[in-house]
Amino acid sequence: MMDDWTTLGYLVAAVLFILGLKRLSRPRTAVRGNQFGAAGMLIAVMVTLADNAILSFEWIIGGLVLGAAVGALLAVRVQMTAMPELVALFNGFGGGASVLVAAASFIEAADLATGTTRLSAAAALASLIGAVTLTGSLIAFGKLQEALRWSGFPGMRVVSAAGAVAAAVFGTLMVVDAGNALWLWLLIAVGAVLGVMVVSPIGGADMPVVIALLNSLSGMAAVAAGFVLDNSLLIIAGSLVGASGLILTQIMCVAMNRSLPAVMFSPAPSGDGGPSADDVYAGKVRSTSPDDVAMLLESAERVAIVPGYGLAVAQAQHAVRDLARRLEDRGAEVVFGIHPVAGRMPGHMNVLLAEAEISYERLVEMDDINPTFEQTDVTIVIGANDVVNPVARTDPASPIAGMPILDVDKSDVVVIIKRSLSPGFAGIPNPLFAADNSLMLFGDGREAVVEVTKALQQI
Amino acid sequence: MDLLVAVTLFVMAVFLGVELITKVPPTLHTPLMSGSNAISGITVVGALLAAGSDHRTFTAVLGFAAVTLAMINVVGGFLVTHRMLHMFSPKRRAQRSVSGGPGSASNNPASPETSATEDGGP
Repeated sequence: MMDDWTTLGYLVAAVLFILGLKRLSRPRTAVRGNQFGAAGMLIAVMVTLADNAILSFEWIIGGLVLGAAVGALLAVRVQMTAMPELVALFNGFGGGASVLVAAASFIEAADLATGTTRLSAAAALASLIGAVTLTGSLIAFGKLQEALRWSGFPGMRVVSAAGAVAAAVFGTLMVVDAGNALWLWLLIAVGAVLGVMVVSPIGGADMPVVIALLNSLSGMAAVAAGFVLDNSLLIIAGSLVGASGLILTQIMCVAMNRSLPAVMFSPAPSGDGGPSADDVYAGKVRSTSPDDVAMLLESAERVAIVPGYGLAVAQAQHAVRDLARRLEDRGAEVVFGIHPVAGRMPGHMNVLLAEAEISYERLVEMDDINPTFEQTDVTIVIGANDVVNPVARTDPASPIAGMPILDVDKSDVVVIIKRSLSPGFAGIPNPLFAADNSLMLFGDGREAVVEVTKALQQI
Repeated sequence: MDLLVAVTLFVMAVFLGVELITKVPPTLHTPLMSGSNAISGITVVGALLAAGSDHRTFTAVLGFAAVTLAMINVVGGFLVTHRMLHMFSPKRRAQRSVSGGPGSASNNPASPETSATEDGGP
């Protein structure tokens, strides 16, 4: 059992986690906040290693060294545009670790006949939540890498429901028949299948919700593992993470005007029934050239740049920074309008623009920038679609009706940089592209911005 | 630990987490997520206990795998968060609002020469 020093060490670690999360809420203190979290983790590991409950070290040292090396390698090598994938992967590993911890504890208790109802029930929860987190995160990782396009099969929801029932049955059997590890393995298998089934149909713009939810689940899996081991630190730290993931999930759902059950269980909204792309676009779309855009920008006093996931795909953040810098040199005011669900995880655009050394004070939130579009001379939309679709305001029958959008159509001129007229995640045409004050600049986001910047230099 | 004490701890910590996170601005949502993700690697503590219990080889192997996975989560999570937050740090921002610090010219060939106002210091 834990001795008092261990418990005190855990208290220190928990306080460091809380202070760390608090400091993460302001850009100026955030680096320190993360260091507090890391220090808390170091103390937690040290205190545990010093505890009498640890009897042999050979497996531990191997795991510590291997895990630290792999984690460090991934963290150092990842591109900022691939951040959502990496967070999904780490999430999955956290969930997987909780499954294994629960399994090892349950089996040991079964062997020694020291199991209690509480231990079995907690182990069942940790195994289930952890397994769902593991496979769900791996599916999310595959989808974000665009390596995985599979979105399930017809009738999958029935299978998922059957899986949920099976999970409840195996979980109950784990408690009733606690000496039998078979139920544990069956529960883990069902959880793994459920994770695949639940996440597979979700994609595109719903990804930020899923990532936030999986983040929350990985925390909850740690809480359940804490109940298995009777460990206060796992319960506290896991709860903090679970709560933070839930808050972010909530924020993302509000930003899309969709409820969590709608994201999880209803298929992606389809454009069926609305006006077809031909009706919306025919003869009305005006395409433009980098030189013409440069002419427009030359006389602009206020320019707004609205990035979307396409900016990340095209790795255009540095090119955009150069364009903004050039415009400022010419005396224009440049702001960036950030939609809460732009990109594939919460805050994705902010990280990319920060990587390009654009000050976070220039990144304006949706509610703050919307009233200013009327005074904006030129708005440049790069790789965003649904979050600037005015249909959300005008057509109550649209799948995105009511979703808060950036009102870019209210600025004098809108330049949309995009590869083609293909629809966004919602699968509906965007009347913005055909509006009288809109110009389409077709091409790769980064190349187009570089061309415009060059043209601007030559004026 | 008494079950009710553990449940109390859980409920209080959830409320505390909600209070802490509600105030985070959208700019920091990604670092917050990867940082809290690293904290969820706290399950490494449980993994250490499982790997070191000396019960039988099978549970030790499970513990070893758990330690490895959790350590990837912890070390990778904190490091990548640090990398991200470093980009937000005021020191790296120049006095000019859009342009960046001294390193910016090198990672982009298209950028103009570093100007005199751009010393990167706060």
